[in-house]
Amino acid sequence: MSDSATRLRRTMMFVPGNNPAMIKDAGIYGADSVMFDLEDGVSLAEKDAARYLVYEALTNIDYGDTELVVRINGADTPFYDNDIKAMVKAGVDVIRLPKVESAEMIQDLEVKVAAAEKEFDKPAGSINLMAAIESAQGVLSAAEIAKASKRMIGIALSAEDYTTDMKTHRYSDGAELFFARNMILHAARAAKIAAFDTVFTNMDDPEGFYRETKLIHQLGFDGKSLVNPRQVEMVNKVYEPTKKEILNAQNVIAAIAQAQKKGSGVISMDGQMVDRPVALRAQRVMMLAKAAHLVDEEGNYLGE
Amino acid sequence: MENSLGRNLSAELLQKLAYQPYQTTDFGHPKIQRHAPMVTATTGNDKVVNSLKEVVQKTVRNGMTISFHHHFREGDFVFNKVMRIIIDAGYQDLTLAPSSLTNVMNDIVVEAIEKGVVTNITSSGMRGSLGDAISHGVLDNPVIFRSHGGRARAIEEGSLNIDVAFLGVPNADRLGNANGMNGKTAFGSLGYALIDAQYADKVVLITDNLQEYPNTPASIKQTQVDYVVPIEQVGDPDKIGSGATRFTKDPKELKIAKMVNQVIVNSPYFKEGFSFQTGSGGAALAVTRFLRESMLEKDIKASFALGGVTKPTVDLLEEGLIGRIMDVQDFDKGAAKSMHLNQNQQEIDASWYADPANKGAMVDQLDVAILSALEVDTDFNVNVMTGSDGVIRGAIGGHQDAATAKLTIICAPLVRGRIATIVPKVTTAVTPGASIDVIVTEIGIAINPKRTDLQQALAHVPGLVVYTIEQLQQKAEAIVGKAQPLQFKQRPVALVEYRDGTIIDEINEVQD
Repeated sequence: MSDSATRLRRTMMFVPGNNPAMIKDAGIYGADSVMFDLEDGVSLAEKDAARYLVYEALTNIDYGDTELVVRINGADTPFYDNDIKAMVKAGVDVIRLPKVESAEMIQDLEVKVAAAEKEFDKPAGSINLMAAIESAQGVLSAAEIAKASKRMIGIALSAEDYTTDMKTHRYSDGAELFFARNMILHAARAAKIAAFDTVFTNMDDPEGFYRETKLIHQLGFDGKSLVNPRQVEMVNKVYEPTKKEILNAQNVIAAIAQAQKKGSGVISMDGQMVDRPVALRAQRVMMLAKAAHLVDEEGNYLGE
Repeated sequence: MENSLGRNLSAELLQKLAYQPYQTTDFGHPKIQRHAPMVTATTGNDKVVNSLKEVVQKTVRNGMTISFHHHFREGDFVFNKVMRIIIDAGYQDLTLAPSSLTNVMNDIVVEAIEKGVVTNITSSGMRGSLGDAISHGVLDNPVIFRSHGGRARAIEEGSLNIDVAFLGVPNADRLGNANGMNGKTAFGSLGYALIDAQYADKVVLITDNLQEYPNTPASIKQTQVDYVVPIEQVGDPDKIGSGATRFTKDPKELKIAKMVNQVIVNSPYFKEGFSFQTGSGGAALAVTRFLRESMLEKDIKASFALGGVTKPTVDLLEEGLIGRIMDVQDFDKGAAKSMHLNQNQQEIDASWYADPANKGAMVDQLDVAILSALEVDTDFNVNVMTGSDGVIRGAIGGHQDAATAKLTIICAPLVRGRIATIVPKVTTAVTPGASIDVIVTEIGIAINPKRTDLQQALAHVPGLVVYTIEQLQQKAEAIVGKAQPLQFKQRPVALVEYRDGTIIDEINEVQD
């Protein structure tokens, strides 16, 4: 079941599982989620070492409230089973499966995760899952993948493999990704889980990064996968609510509080009815405003 | 014996060298008799000497104190050329008193020590093979470390009496009018050397660029100079200062820099006409960039920037965001070049910069200082001198001096590799915690509990996490564990003066 009502997932920062310095500091940049990579970012020779390293990091380093995700190696590799066991034993928040093309792949993972939870005395159902969609087949199966398990918290587009599969490559306007982005977003929304956009790797093109982030923000993605800590605040900037949005959200929340106090079932604000979507949007705006330090803990606007 | 920081000092050594233990950062208002140099009168027509060997013969005697400046940094040729002649001539028992020692000077100093040529050293700092040799007891007498302001004080009051100053300059005329700004080996401000030129009994200028008389602007004046020696080349221009100073891309340094800026902007000192000094490290340079944005946003201009200068600071001057740069040293070519293009970039000497025994020094007017540290302890004492192995590998520079600013911010990562930066007790106390106000690490800041005003001002800054210094220390320890205490022999190899000339700490020989 998704906890996206209570948790922001604007930024999922990739950290190579074989880089001790980056693993040590991964928590300090304010990413909502950190994804330790055991898969493509780690060479074959270092697979075991990276698994040990990430295990030690997860069990020793204080990452605060950051959601901790590990991208394990796929079921078609000899590392899959050990990755699952080690990460469940470490008590990771989320296991991310790469190159998912079917609901069965998630269900197979879930069985193994459940077994590992039992083996290592972890509460049943404590480890969440997410899927990375990296192929045409994955995109077409996105809806069933998103709903494949109650443990699913999100699905992510991985555009490098996907565009190769589509016999194209990435363009600056992102037109080649429109279908995939919308499929994944709809699948996520229908399953009420988070949708993550793909990485943007050119650190020398901040304009392009902002263009892409604004686009996926407009579409409705929860956030974006990131390759560099410097991108965290760039994404957060795009997701920052405006002053007008915050003031409006404050009014909505005040109206709800007032209605609850009066015991009134109908909530009205400025003579208009506040319905459920308006209330939900207001809550999300306040969550984003708090995360951006635009309001204090009580929700008072801090800007200007 | 312990000083007021609780640092253990050898009473016997202090007595022998007539030193007092450190007590306080407050210099007070003592009356001080300044020392004046011995002057050999001349009309000035006989100053040019065509060989270094000859000038050494004319000036140096056994037992003398000789000095150099370090403005050529790692591109210095003068130090090695002069020291080679001195060693080969078989001089003995000299005191070496340069403004600082850079890595290119290390090997020849070690050789001079081993041959008995140099038996005493005083410097701002030392690194590499020399620091290693000193820490292993190569020199019988303890090295005296002084800040830039402390050195100026010691020279002016006569406790450091320089017999001969060998000063490399990128230009000079036949009488000794010289500046640091022109010529292929230009480095900008002559700040540290100006004190030597003013107070040494014999002043020898060494240049590769003899100019028509009179050479102006003259920072060093013909009234101060005894000899001018033209040589082939005084330094390697490529190694004197870094080329274009690039802003760091290291996300951790950027994060620290951003928090430093938050501390400044939310302090009571960030207002029209404020002043600041930044270092030349990655994070400090990045602060300049964030500070610029904040100054533009709030429409606030600084009256002056102080200290070692880099191009990013010059950019702020050119943009009109800083009124003056008070320049004791230039770290890069851009800053050096700007000195003679921009009259608002004022050359200052080390005394004007930072000497406490003065009728007012620039640091006394300084609002904000951003400094670095090798270690900071839970009493806010800072070590910029010895490494985690106890070996000398740093320099005081202007650290103690600038730390007297109204708001002194230390930026340092919580840990470096497997070594904690915030520790229970620093290996060597160089700058007392009483002069430190805020520590900024990548995970958050700690404020000196004495600064309740800052505690209040910085308590509710969005995104700025405030810890106690003890919490930062514990967080560092949680990452890297508890370090085994370093092992030292009971033998002082160096004394660290505070800027007022008292002893703030001693450095003992390391036990391998």
